[in-house]
Formats: sequence, C-alpha cells, structure tokens
Amino acid sequence: MTVSGTSEGDVDRAYETLKKDATDGGYRLNPDAEFVKNLIRGLLKNEQRYGYRACPCRLASGKKEEDLDIVCPCDYRDADIDEHGACYCALYVDEAIAGGTRKVAPVPERRPPRSERGRKTAAVHTIAAGPSPIFALPLPVWRCKVCGYLCAREQPPGICPVCKAKKDRFERFI
Amino acid sequence: MAVEHVDGKNKGSVMLYALSTCGWCAKTKDLLRELGIAFDYTFVDLLDGEEQNQAMDAVEKFNPSGSFPTLVIDNRKSIVGFKEKEIREVFGG
Repeated sequence: MTVSGTSEGDVDRAYETLKKDATDGGYRLNPDAEFVKNLIRGLLKNEQRYGYRACPCRLASGKKEEDLDIVCPCDYRDADIDEHGACYCALYVDEAIAGGTRKVAPVPERRPPRSERGRKTAAVHTIAAGPSPIFALPLPVWRCKVCGYLCAREQPPGICPVCKAKKDRFERFI
Repeated sequence: MAVEHVDGKNKGSVMLYALSTCGWCAKTKDLLRELGIAFDYTFVDLLDGEEQNQAMDAVEKFNPSGSFPTLVIDNRKSIVGFKEKEIREVFGG
C-alpha cells in the first residue's frame, strides 16, 4: 500500500519515533515490524485526509471532536492491552506478545457503537459535591484519558509527558 | 456503493466490509484470496457521506459494534474480525 505524498522514508521515520515514544512511556510495539509499518501507513494516510492520526482500524468521522477517543494512541489502548494483550489494532502489545511467547488474537471493539457515542458522561462529572478535603486543593487535577497520567496545575500540559497525547485528550479529574 | 469483485470458487454471496487502512482487514482479504473463493469487498472509509452511512447501516445489521473487518456470508451470517480458523472452516480451506 502506498499513500500519496508519503515516502517509505516517512514511514521509517514515523516508525522509529513511535517505537522510541512507546519504549520511553513503558509501552511495547508489535514485534512484527512490517505489520506495524502498514499500520503507520494508515496513520499517516489518516493524518493527511483528516488532519489527525485517527485509528487505522476504525472508521473516523473526519470531525476531530467526534474522533478524539480514537486518535492514536486511543482511549481504549490500556484496557485492551490489560485484557487482551494488545490494543485494537495490535500496534501496542504487552510483554508476552512483544517477547514472542504469546500470539496476537483479534481484539473485540471496546468503543461504543455509533448510536451510543457522545452519551457517556465522564466519571469526573459524577464526583459528589460536598464538604471534602479535595475541594481545598490549591490547583485543579487533570487526567490524561489515554494513559491516566495525573497532574495538578492551572491548565493541562500541551503534551502528556508519559504517552505524548496532546492537550485536548486531558479531562478535569478533580 | 463502490464494490470490487474478486473472482474465484462460488461459495455463495460473500461480502467483506473493510477499511483501506486497517491491517486486519488486509489480512482477511489476503486470506479470502488464498482460499480462492469469489467475494466482493468495499472500503467503507473511501465512500462518500450517504454511501458511507448506508454501508455502516449494512455493517451494523450484522455487527452492532460497527467494527471492521465484517464479513457477511449469504446475507445472514457474519464473521467479525480476522478470525482465521473460523474463516477457513466456513470455506473449507
């Protein structure tokens, strides 16, 4: 598969960056480099046509606000790695699969279907109000929806220092 | 809807709903070719607005999660995801 305007050099560079970011953040890429590069071609194609790296294995709407949960790495990655040993695309895998002692199997879709999207209310909104010491905190706490990283500051960081997700993937946690 | 046909042994109606960017969709398509059966496929991400909606309605009829690849056999049975063993069994590969 070739993507217009994307050279093999682009794919190789994106692969090296992704691999480094994954390792730095404690994640592992699928050990099948060719399979990973195919997914990267999909990510780069989506970046070209949508303006962001939507999951290559899911249908993106092209509207970023509707697709934020599936911008790679997606909101469902960690739960799928925990439960199935791999993210939905099998781009990110656990130690057993990375080390070749376990094989990748199809991962069922965790993202809600079209008809149910946008209905879920974030758990942060259900924290009961009332006298609680957490409301005496001097700063709000922000949570990265991709990896769960928490930080207390006026605004979320521009890029998550753990998983490199962008600012728009953060939610107010406390 | 833009549907591509692949020639091969007739095993009834075999329709693959796929994405042009998805690794498991490509593996599923390769497997169907390897098994040498006749099938149709469409890349839903390359369809335009209304056509894409219609394709999604068709996918969700068989696979409510609307995920890819969705393989629809004889308009009544579906296999969701790259389930190699199941696909081989169904087509006697």
